[in-house]
Amino acid sequence: MDGIHDLGGMGGFGAVEVERNEPVFHEPWEARAFALNFLGISVLRAYNVHEYRHAVERMDPAHYLAASYYERWLTGVATLLVEKGVVARDELETRAGGPFPLSRPAAAGRTGAAPDSERPRFAVGDAVVVREVHPRGHTRAPRYVRGKRGVVLRVAPRFLFPDAAGHGLRAHKEHAYHVEFPATALWEDAGSRATVIVDLCESYLERAS
Amino acid sequence: MSDPRHPVTPASVAERTRALEEALTAKGLVPDGYLDDTASRTKQELNPENGARVVARAWTDAAYRERLLADGTAASVELGFKAPNSEYLVVLENTPAVHNVIVCTQCSCTAWSVIGLPPDWYKSPEYRARIVREPRTLLAEMGLALPEDVAVRVWDTSGETRYMVLPLRPAGTEGWGEEQLAAIVTREALIGVARVDVPRS
Repeated sequence: MDGIHDLGGMGGFGAVEVERNEPVFHEPWEARAFALNFLGISVLRAYNVHEYRHAVERMDPAHYLAASYYERWLTGVATLLVEKGVVARDELETRAGGPFPLSRPAAAGRTGAAPDSERPRFAVGDAVVVREVHPRGHTRAPRYVRGKRGVVLRVAPRFLFPDAAGHGLRAHKEHAYHVEFPATALWEDAGSRATVIVDLCESYLERAS
Repeated sequence: MSDPRHPVTPASVAERTRALEEALTAKGLVPDGYLDDTASRTKQELNPENGARVVARAWTDAAYRERLLADGTAASVELGFKAPNSEYLVVLENTPAVHNVIVCTQCSCTAWSVIGLPPDWYKSPEYRARIVREPRTLLAEMGLALPEDVAVRVWDTSGETRYMVLPLRPAGTEGWGEEQLAAIVTREALIGVARVDVPRS
């Protein structure tokens, strides 16, 4: 989905603040929220990590930007546990003593087509173009490379197709590729001698003509 | 937030976390000690000291360096470092001519096995938005000014590959042992927003 999470290249953001000797967790609740996601995925097996990513992407955009990382984390976990019927939103709000904002409902996912062969379709050095599509569900092709031409730097192993897995649909595996784009091909005013390498699954790519 | 049924301020995030934990516990879904164990094991086992040890080994053992660049997953497992999210680790070698830097523009994926959980700055919208578009400017703001003749490669962790930067070994560390070297490798250097420097003492 063309959501607020897809931040690459977006303008208007200021300085990056680096905290010296930053602790892993700043508050005790962050560690609990972190562990609750492991519970949901590995113990309860209520959802997978792709669904978790998509649940965070579905947050209200204003909430997404205002929330800390672990607030987004908690919101994703709670959303999925409510959607899967493990807990009720009313119970959460009663226990919390106030509103518990959750993410918006998911649009339909897409299963796509499994490749005919386990062999990679593209090879190192091949010129490829990222398909210009805008799925309403989960996808991992960032907006800033769609329609852009790049060159394959490395062929990665086969992984689950995220656009299906992100919706709990049966997902096939396909190869991923590290595709290199000159920064100036993405943003005309980007400085020279810079490239961006994006990890893209085979379904996101077509051969450049 | 804009749900018309909930116009008032949300419960605090600490209260919401407690509410979710209590609701699950009341249903008998949380094994005893599970949440504490998971959080403390994560802190202990997944941290940037692992990556620092990998780097120190690569700086002192040419055969290990070669294995690391050829197969980052196997070479880090060789030193005992693995994590559920780091099935396929690719190590990016900095050279005097090429500087590598890592981001995850769509969430905040990191190689937990060697870098640990990502720091706040890495997860910030500012870093995720800007590093792909203006890497030199942002790196300079963060204290790493790169000469114009050094090429920058920005790696967006948009799939299941996880990355770690193998920084340049700083001058003045000739003859240092692995432990001494590992002690100067920071998380920021493993991500590519800092050089490894010899501390002035």
